[in-house]
Amino acid sequence: MFDIKGYYEASSIEDAVKHLSENENTKIIAGGTDVLIKVREGKLAGISLLGISRAGLDTVTIDDDGTIHIGSACSFTKVEKNEIIKKNIPYLGEAVGTIGGPQVRNVATLGGNVCNGATSADSASTLFCLNAKLKIESVRETKIVEIKDFYLGPSWTILKEDELLTDIIIEKQNYDGYRGKYQKFAQRNAMDIATIGCAVMAKTVNGVFEDVKIACGVAAPTPVRCFEAEEFIKGKAANLENITAAAELTLGNTKARDSWRGSKAFREHLVVELAKRGMAQLSGLELE
Amino acid sequence: MELKTVGKSEQRNDAYAKVSGKAKYTRDFQTKDMLHAKILRSKIAHGYVTSYDISKAVALDGVVKVILPKDVSRKKFPTAGHPHSLDPHHQDIEDRQLLTDKIRFYGDEIGAVIAVDELTANKALKLIDVEYEVLPFVLDAEQAMKNGAQQIQDFEHNILAHSHIKHGDIENDKSFELCDHVFEDVFEISPVQHVHIESIVAYGYIDYEDKLTVVSSTQIPHIARRIVANLFEMPYSKVRVIKPFIGGGFGNKQDIIIEPLVAMLTREVNGRAVCLELSREEVFYGTRTRHGIKMYLKTGVDSSGKILAKSLKAIGDNGAYASHGHSIVAKCGTNFSRTYPAKLSMEFDGYTIHTNKATAGAMRGYGIPQITFAVESHLDDIADKIGMDPIKFKILNSIKKGYTDPIANLTILSYGLDDCIKKAKKYIDWDKKREEYKNQTGTLRRGVGFAQFSYATAVWPFAMELAGARITLSQDATCVLTVGATEIGQGSDTVLSQIAAETIGIPYNSVSIKRTTDTDSSPYDPGAYASRQTYVAGSAVKETAKAIKKKVLKRAGKKFEVKAKTLDLVDAKIVEKKSKTVLCDLKDLTVESFYDKEGASTITAEKSVNVKSNALAFGVCVTEVEVDIMTGKLKIIKICNVHDSGKIINPLLATGQVEGGMSMSLGFALSETMLYNQKTGEMLNDNLLDYKIGTTLDTPHFDSDFVQPYEKTGPYGNKALGEPPAVPPAPAIRNAIAHATGTRVNKTPMNPQSLFDAFKKDGLI
Amino acid sequence: MNKDINIKVNGEQYTLSVDIRKSLLDVIRYDLGLTGTKEGCSVGECGACAVIIDGQTFDSCVYLAVWADGKAVRTVESLQVDGKFSNMQKSFIENGAVQCGICTPGFLMSATEMEESGESFTKDDIKRALSGHLCRCTGYTKIVEATEKGLKHSCSCDNN
Repeated sequence: MFDIKGYYEASSIEDAVKHLSENENTKIIAGGTDVLIKVREGKLAGISLLGISRAGLDTVTIDDDGTIHIGSACSFTKVEKNEIIKKNIPYLGEAVGTIGGPQVRNVATLGGNVCNGATSADSASTLFCLNAKLKIESVRETKIVEIKDFYLGPSWTILKEDELLTDIIIEKQNYDGYRGKYQKFAQRNAMDIATIGCAVMAKTVNGVFEDVKIACGVAAPTPVRCFEAEEFIKGKAANLENITAAAELTLGNTKARDSWRGSKAFREHLVVELAKRGMAQLSGLELE
Repeated sequence: MELKTVGKSEQRNDAYAKVSGKAKYTRDFQTKDMLHAKILRSKIAHGYVTSYDISKAVALDGVVKVILPKDVSRKKFPTAGHPHSLDPHHQDIEDRQLLTDKIRFYGDEIGAVIAVDELTANKALKLIDVEYEVLPFVLDAEQAMKNGAQQIQDFEHNILAHSHIKHGDIENDKSFELCDHVFEDVFEISPVQHVHIESIVAYGYIDYEDKLTVVSSTQIPHIARRIVANLFEMPYSKVRVIKPFIGGGFGNKQDIIIEPLVAMLTREVNGRAVCLELSREEVFYGTRTRHGIKMYLKTGVDSSGKILAKSLKAIGDNGAYASHGHSIVAKCGTNFSRTYPAKLSMEFDGYTIHTNKATAGAMRGYGIPQITFAVESHLDDIADKIGMDPIKFKILNSIKKGYTDPIANLTILSYGLDDCIKKAKKYIDWDKKREEYKNQTGTLRRGVGFAQFSYATAVWPFAMELAGARITLSQDATCVLTVGATEIGQGSDTVLSQIAAETIGIPYNSVSIKRTTDTDSSPYDPGAYASRQTYVAGSAVKETAKAIKKKVLKRAGKKFEVKAKTLDLVDAKIVEKKSKTVLCDLKDLTVESFYDKEGASTITAEKSVNVKSNALAFGVCVTEVEVDIMTGKLKIIKICNVHDSGKIINPLLATGQVEGGMSMSLGFALSETMLYNQKTGEMLNDNLLDYKIGTTLDTPHFDSDFVQPYEKTGPYGNKALGEPPAVPPAPAIRNAIAHATGTRVNKTPMNPQSLFDAFKKDGLI
Repeated sequence: MNKDINIKVNGEQYTLSVDIRKSLLDVIRYDLGLTGTKEGCSVGECGACAVIIDGQTFDSCVYLAVWADGKAVRTVESLQVDGKFSNMQKSFIENGAVQCGICTPGFLMSATEMEESGESFTKDDIKRALSGHLCRCTGYTKIVEATEKGLKHSCSCDNN
């Protein structure tokens, strides 16, 4: 049994935000795989829960102009198998496919992964590369926030107590013509949290990197884009020398630390190695 | 003589219950009035409780009782799953109390709450205010031995025990001088845990005739009864322990961890049922672990590679309480003295040390995985340095058939190690691959590695081996078999049924084994450990079955007016031996045994056997691995255990045991460890996310094979099989990494962080 | 605080007034007495509590009971029909995939979901589909084999 004071099932976005505005000490719950664990650990004493799985937030649509909308309560399984995502941004589906195991992926959601605010979120680095926009609603306002502005620190986001993330928006210019790859380095190949996560997207034309986007998880208190590396390699030939140099520049934007889950030296080494492998794979280069 | 069921892959006779969901494990028994308990645990690693304030907890709705150490017996008791020894020098250390206000590890049991449900009990725990007097704590065994380290139990320098073994006429030091090469290595083996998927759980109640009853997920119900009855000074006939289906134990349930507490709790509420189920986190930080052992090895060889002298200093970390005490390190000593005998002299110094960590106790392999890792790696290194193939080097120095163990005074009768090695080499294409993988460059590197071991079956002569069995033939010639041996998932119910059927001469499906072990009715047997049950309980079953058969043939002889020895019982028929004529069905006799007015006498037998033999099981592991030197990630390309465990009673079940043991050894080698916060002494990775056992995506396909020399001291030629599979894979993998990369790791686990550090140190990356 | 839910469990319709604090596992095991589904970790890490809900497998220990309102839940007890074991149950027995048995119900539910999906699975697909279940006894080799063979319907043992 979970130590919660109340449970309310929202029937729509309006219903959800209204409930949030009228009730204190209320936490949004979608799949529950983060929230219920926290409740069990005693971290959310006195909390009531607002369920949003039946509020119409679990669809994936694409506008005529190619803008993709992913409802915040879409499960990872749904994201992984969805045809729109498979066609346009398959690497996002692959990234969430590395989370937990099948049972977890059937219930845990993309919105939950983002709002949990963890630097280790496997969706985050890819969403950072995609310059995703987040639609946040409350009774006061509806706003669009760029994902790079959403994370403030470890498990800390800009989300206020009465706000609900409803939509993850990905615009066409951010994915059109790009290939992408997410590499999750963890001790286990399932049911594990990343030691380092590295998402790379690249647009290669005639052996030249027209554009490259690199983002890492667990390499800093929040997910980060490696702009130094990106700026270096943009417009350069996709060869081993350039890729290696760019990979080393990723450390200019990371802030890894020593912890009992991994040393700083190891994490930094992995960031460089995974960035290198990601860029190589996307440009069809054999590393040895 | 052709065997009918022994040696066949009979279907598990408990599979029906398990796949249907009908099998009831301890927590599946729920009564309406059942209460739930939770343990109050210390938030410091060493010290005393100076005060408790339970007022808020007691006032919480749904709390029935809050119990503190002062409220209950302070009598000390042992927890080890050993049969009681009449020799006072050989008895288990009694250092546990029901509850304690002297704290010896972070999470020690300083109080208990009984409530209407677990949630309420947990909430009550949070409402109890505790004040402490803090003492310095120590987490490292060698540190704990030093002058000035805080004493944790009653042992000076925290040395629970020290044993010393010496062979040879020459002084060990002088022997090393006579060697052509001397090598020294230090190995540090991390503690790991059992991770049985069913938690530690028990419930207690006082029944309708005032009998104190504990239902527990335990490997050792008879031992539980002894300890509980002694603790409360009750007659054994008024204490009952029941083991239903259990979800794995691997040695953690070979210790009496919560049964006394549960017995106390039900007494505190006048016999109402109280259930205590430890959370997964509590199992990690508050039950038992495998011993972490630091080993200093020294070996000297002559120019031909023959070992002339060797020594081992082993320091075992026992954690806060005694549990099995020195037995694990002592077993390392007897193993060291027996394997690879040194021509001139050998010395072993073993220490078991207390630290302020979770208590170390029994875990599958009982010290042998740790020492085998160290020795097999050390010898692999020596072979490399003297330019010899590691397998050839080990064969040169191994014990052989006919060898007599100097400590146990046992001679090897059945020996299949050489054949195991032959099979293993062929499987992995050893010679070719050893050559092929020399001098690799590149990120992905492959290597092949080998390790071998020997493992004793059960514990005689170091301790007693007693087992009992009872068989009753029913009216229709089927029978019920009752044993004290415990089925914990390893398949003992099935193989003991096979032994019974084979020996009596009836079909396997005619034997029904009493599923739960109940101290009221199950014959005495200390329980599942030391890979003893098929060998020891198997002997009890065989003797009982022989007695049944003898009674049957006596009755048949009388009926047909012939000598019983001219008859046989085959496939449930009475057969004249010489002519092979069928005289009657067994059923005809059993009906008469029940209903014949003149001569009825039901056919039953019970035997208690005291087994005074032992036999070494042997085996090897070979593996091919691929190492990504840039990430430290390892891939197992192929891996195979080949076992000499004598005759295999049930090949399908045996293979399953081998694969499970290999999986455990993989975790031991590559990913499992227990990490502690150095500032507080709290365990850091006490959950299934941070304590890494492999998933399906981390586990390779396991290959295995058997070599089956007949061991005449085993009831059907069998030897130890339960624990051996968990022994050789880890060192084989370590040696394969060494072959692939040149980096020789002497610490476990060899996880990516560890390999990264090692590769950096060796200049590989 | 209680909430009424309408829930189908193993084909039977129930209207239950459930404590909102309960997990679906709590309701299945202790309110409905279906103890075949096990609890191994309470945090959705081991898969012992897996059940099928509307055709997908979920860890019931971290699934609130109130979420099951209007849904059809299946536990291991639903696999045996008219006394006959399912294909997967037979395959698990025949291929030695059961040792202590505590993880077996969970694995069977994921294996059953695969079987009923009608899709085809490679060995790697099978391993991935079962990756949310921990087993300490078997090392997984026989569980994967049993699932593979069960999916191929190649089972020769008689009905129990």
